[in-house]
Amino acid sequence: MTDSKYFTTTKKGEIFELKAELNSDKKEKKKEAVKKVIASMTVGKDVSALFPDVVNCMQTDNLELKKLVYLYLMNYAKSQPDMAIMAVNTFVKDCEDLNPLIRALAVRTMGCIRVDKITEYLCEPLRKCLKDEDPYVRKTAAVCVAKLHDINAQLVEDQGFLDTLKDLISDSNPMVVANAVAALSEIAESHPNSNLLDLNPQTINKLLTALNECTEWGQIFILDCLASYLPRDDRESQSICERVTPRLSHANSAVVLSAVKVLMKFMEMLPKDLDYYGTLLKKLAPPLVTLLSAEPELQYVALRNINLIVQKRPEILKHEMKVFFVKYNDPIYVKLEKLDIMIRLASQANIAQVLAELKEYATEVDVDFVRKAVRAIGRCAIKVEQSAERCVSTLLDLIQTKVNYVVQEAIVVIKDIFRKYPNKYESVIATLCENLDSLDEPEARAAMIWIVGEYAERIDNADELLESFLEGFHDESTQVQLQLLTAIVKLFLKKPTETQELVQQVLSLATQDSDNPDLRDRGYIYWRLLSTDPVAAKEVVLAEKPLISEETDLIEPTLLEELICHIGTLASVYHKPPSAFVEGSRGVQHKRLPPRAGSGESTESPDVGQSGPSEAPPAVIPSQGDLLGDLLNLDLAPPTATVPSVQPSMQMGAMDLLGGGLDSLLGGDIGGSPSVTAMPASLGSAPAVGGGLGDLFDLGGGVGMPTGSYVAPKTVWLLAMKAKGLEISGTFARRGGIIQMDLSLTNKAMSVMTDFAIQFNRNSFGLAPAGPLQVLTPLSPNQTIDVSLPLSTSGPVMKMEPLNNLQVAVKNNIDVFYFSCQYPLSLLFVEDGKMDRQVFLATWKDIPNDNEAQFQIKDIHLNSDVASNKLQGSNIFTIAKRTVEGQDMLYQSVKLTNGIWVLAEMRIQTEPFLLSDLKCTEPRIVYANLLHSQ
Amino acid sequence: MIGGLFIYNHKGEVLISRVYRDDIGRNAVDAFRVNVIHARQQVRSPVTNIARTSFFHVKRSNIWLAAVTKQNVNAAMVFEFLYKMCDVMTAYFGKISEENIKNNFVLIYELLDEILDFGYPQNSETGALKTFITQQGIKGQPQTKEEQSQITSQVTGQIGWRREGIKYRRNELFLDVLESVNLLMSPQGQVLSAHVSGRVVMKSYLSGMPECKFGMNDKIVIDKQGKGGTTDEPGKSGKQSIAIDDCTFHQCVRLSKFDSERSISFIPPDGEYELMRYRTTKDIILPFRVIPLVREVGRTKLEVKVVIKSNFKPSLLAQKIEVRIPTPLNTSGVQVICMKGKAKYKASENAIVWKIKRMAGMKESQISAEIELLPTNDKKKWARPPISMNFEVPFAPSGLKVRYLKVFESKLNYSDHDVIKWVRYIGRSGIYETRC
Repeated sequence: MTDSKYFTTTKKGEIFELKAELNSDKKEKKKEAVKKVIASMTVGKDVSALFPDVVNCMQTDNLELKKLVYLYLMNYAKSQPDMAIMAVNTFVKDCEDLNPLIRALAVRTMGCIRVDKITEYLCEPLRKCLKDEDPYVRKTAAVCVAKLHDINAQLVEDQGFLDTLKDLISDSNPMVVANAVAALSEIAESHPNSNLLDLNPQTINKLLTALNECTEWGQIFILDCLASYLPRDDRESQSICERVTPRLSHANSAVVLSAVKVLMKFMEMLPKDLDYYGTLLKKLAPPLVTLLSAEPELQYVALRNINLIVQKRPEILKHEMKVFFVKYNDPIYVKLEKLDIMIRLASQANIAQVLAELKEYATEVDVDFVRKAVRAIGRCAIKVEQSAERCVSTLLDLIQTKVNYVVQEAIVVIKDIFRKYPNKYESVIATLCENLDSLDEPEARAAMIWIVGEYAERIDNADELLESFLEGFHDESTQVQLQLLTAIVKLFLKKPTETQELVQQVLSLATQDSDNPDLRDRGYIYWRLLSTDPVAAKEVVLAEKPLISEETDLIEPTLLEELICHIGTLASVYHKPPSAFVEGSRGVQHKRLPPRAGSGESTESPDVGQSGPSEAPPAVIPSQGDLLGDLLNLDLAPPTATVPSVQPSMQMGAMDLLGGGLDSLLGGDIGGSPSVTAMPASLGSAPAVGGGLGDLFDLGGGVGMPTGSYVAPKTVWLLAMKAKGLEISGTFARRGGIIQMDLSLTNKAMSVMTDFAIQFNRNSFGLAPAGPLQVLTPLSPNQTIDVSLPLSTSGPVMKMEPLNNLQVAVKNNIDVFYFSCQYPLSLLFVEDGKMDRQVFLATWKDIPNDNEAQFQIKDIHLNSDVASNKLQGSNIFTIAKRTVEGQDMLYQSVKLTNGIWVLAEMRIQTEPFLLSDLKCTEPRIVYANLLHSQ
Repeated sequence: MIGGLFIYNHKGEVLISRVYRDDIGRNAVDAFRVNVIHARQQVRSPVTNIARTSFFHVKRSNIWLAAVTKQNVNAAMVFEFLYKMCDVMTAYFGKISEENIKNNFVLIYELLDEILDFGYPQNSETGALKTFITQQGIKGQPQTKEEQSQITSQVTGQIGWRREGIKYRRNELFLDVLESVNLLMSPQGQVLSAHVSGRVVMKSYLSGMPECKFGMNDKIVIDKQGKGGTTDEPGKSGKQSIAIDDCTFHQCVRLSKFDSERSISFIPPDGEYELMRYRTTKDIILPFRVIPLVREVGRTKLEVKVVIKSNFKPSLLAQKIEVRIPTPLNTSGVQVICMKGKAKYKASENAIVWKIKRMAGMKESQISAEIELLPTNDKKKWARPPISMNFEVPFAPSGLKVRYLKVFESKLNYSDHDVIKWVRYIGRSGIYETRC
């Protein structure tokens, strides 16, 4: 029994040999041949040519051979739909077989053959199998309904399979129930608004009964389904919890996590003063800890989930710090996650232990891990005030190791500690200064410069230190340049006499020799401030800074709630809502926790109490990169200081100072609500050329010459929800021969956004940004910035579907976000698109009729002149005009950026619509358009 | 749900590929090979997202198993399924190796068809599967109708893990209490963390559908009954009950009964299986104590002295003792002196390995070593990995004791007394480390 030999045949002419063998009379030989075919299929060889021969082997009473043939069918039926029909009879016959195993096999396989013609034949056998006397057949049929729904949803609804499936929830066999639940949940996911699952106390009771009896996998399906139920009151909630808690002792970690999900969700509804609430909290900790003794991959899933649970309910695991200590042999992904949770659990009670551990980790080998450990020490200092001193001395010890990346990381966190506890640990500055030379990372350099500037009066040679950085000013990253500018201005204000030369040098470097407008403008502002009113300058630049707050890296509360509802799933592993990584309609529903019980707000609808700015969210301080941005802005803020936390309003003030001028230069409007309007629905479903033309005509009024091409109002392209608070709306415009993408970026998160960049995927016309995305200032919460991005058409080309689809990636300091949008084709009409009359005539004849498309544009009341004028604004040029039978005919030409010509004949009828007839030099464009206009 | 499942060899060649969903294409197979297998670096996450497709992967020896999906699946379930898949394959054809997988690829496809339907895991208990999927191909056709319905009802039934009609001449069961004791100790001898993770493994050769009840010295149970008065003097024969932090059970155990009465009752699968896992952290008997002393003599020499002390009854013997003392990377030579056992410097492993075959309780032994170092200008300090230890002791470090395992089979005429029962305790080292 050595099947491995099937993998080794690679000689040529193999297919013919196999064909002969498949048609052999000997059963054994046939079977051997089919095995070889399957082996070839596995390694990716195309054996679809053998389809008829393999299908011929199907009618056999040898079950093993039959299974092999079925496997082949599932793979290739789609490529040979007509031939696949040959198999239908056998399937239908098998569904009537006496042996339940064969009946199930047939219905299972049929569902996997995704050929429309076959699905028609599937309905009857499936209906029978759903009511089969044998539970094995019923459980297989239940899943088959989900398969069929995936192929043809309408068919499933029409045939009434959904009702049969619902009936199966009351089946006597637990596995049938579990599979029916799984199938229904999946179908319900693609119909977000249907009430398919229709959970009520009776069905819930049935599910809970089946829960005790079905397989481990079935328990997972049922628990995941239960989690989407909303109990009517706290009593029901409690009784469900009571029946779910025994699952916490299951050997299967997935059962445990799904049970945890149900409990975490339903717990929301229990009044906090209830005894049971406390008991439940206590019961949750041990199983979570036990998950950490599972295999490493599961540990990772568990830790990602625990990270969420700890943020939502820190009380559950507050005494379990030790189990998160890192083991020497843990895989790196487990180590990093454990570290994160340690910080979250750090408190005054356990800080000594935590610190000792972190110090240990800082000497490990893995660079990422060591960095994170060092950063963690800083976070401890900020979180637990009593430990700050110990943390600082630990960090100093680490700096003494002289390990380059450790030193740099330590300096970055020490800067944060200074922000939290000003005027307390300045004695360490001397040690920091010793390591100035070893800093080669921008973040560390910027942090060090900030420290020198901030404490310039206590550092004797501050001017020398800063001057040393100034030498390579132009080679530094922006972050460092900005920091250096501010630091030197601070130094000047503190020691004006000896540093005048230095400050002039930096101001001239920033304003005259720099291309970076951000840097330049900051330079000018300082310059003006210093030259007009040094006292005011001092008040502004040296204002007392608000302290930074405690928690870092918290997940935004609404997202956290959603993720809690997805415990155990991929969403909880990625810490992203499903809509961020699942394509299509599946999983886009946003789940949320039930409303909190007990308190007064419990009567409100869940939508009110949960989100919105009214509920004070925990202060989330931005991660490192932003902090610098913050510091800089705050330096400029009016001295209203001594506010305990960073207030958005203050930042806005700072923003105006910095950003106002720039924004108006760009022609955007600052502040105010983001201008978000929906694109007017244009001409049914024809988005390409038809849509473009429609848009052009829609342009109101119609008086005189239009000055430029039509610009659609901005549409929202990227929802804040999907992009960690960044909302992007935009439109496209063609101004003076330059294609521009007008964007409005709105920050709806709680932290500042910086470092914006943009990139396009390859697209049909090679659109690409002609320059970087110029977002010059950090984007503060609730602020909107308008940006115009010039585009070129010299990027890489790939045909998109639809043709005018553009996939865009926008990056900021937080993450990379993706969205796609569609541009009007008129964007690509070039100014020299006017064809010579003769050429037009010749070309029109040359273009084959295949390349022609016709469509009507309705509800437009324009005469030919106005229309022609309007279209000219969008570079659609009228070559000739004639009048036939009282109707105006316009002949027009358009040239696209990639050199393709489109010729049009437009008949303006007395009835208020236009008839347009397009011909194009390049066939594929018209094909695409034809498709769109159908 | 799971969209596809692939098995690769270490070179990234596909051995098994089964696609369940349309959204997973052939290119997914290559994406994983290129991005994960050929990346040839430490795995930074067991879940990899490539072009909006998520890959869950585990590795067994040099075989990669990857489950692929584009949906928001239950991640814990996918990993549990992959492990289960490994168990099932091992039960059918032994070690998971390229050779074995190629030899059994038809069988694997058959199994995959059965245990994963449209990406939903189905009954994956080997006991049940073996009744109708065998290595010699599907069981012969001439099954009687009863046999067939027996199979299907078992696969879908409430007791999916045991078939009916099992008969043994001798009813016998073996209980193994296997514990691994984990320790992390500071150089000063302070216990940073310690826990025991234990397993009760049962081998049952029992006729019919026996109902079993398992009892151990669980503190909660003992305290409940204890008011009746067990008069053992505490401390004399070890502690009489232990506090179990948490336990999980094989799916045969009735969880709701455990939750309400804390009694462990079940109908066991036939043959070997894991009845329960548990974890304790209180009052652990640490069988060995390691006392390290590391002294740096100048820049080119290290002196290491390690003392180990056994801490259990003198009548018991620990076995397979191994102490692993890490040495710096720039070690040029090592001289070792030990009183007991054999010690060797293994340059390839950067460690001194000290092995002792047997050691009785309440004894101590020591090793001293001089490590010569090559001078380096490497600024980075040696990370000093912890000293780790391996051993095996014939008792349960948690203190767990089996009190009873009762067997009832009402339909057949054998009683609890007729069953021959064996109990064995083995304590092994898990991650048993002392920092130095």
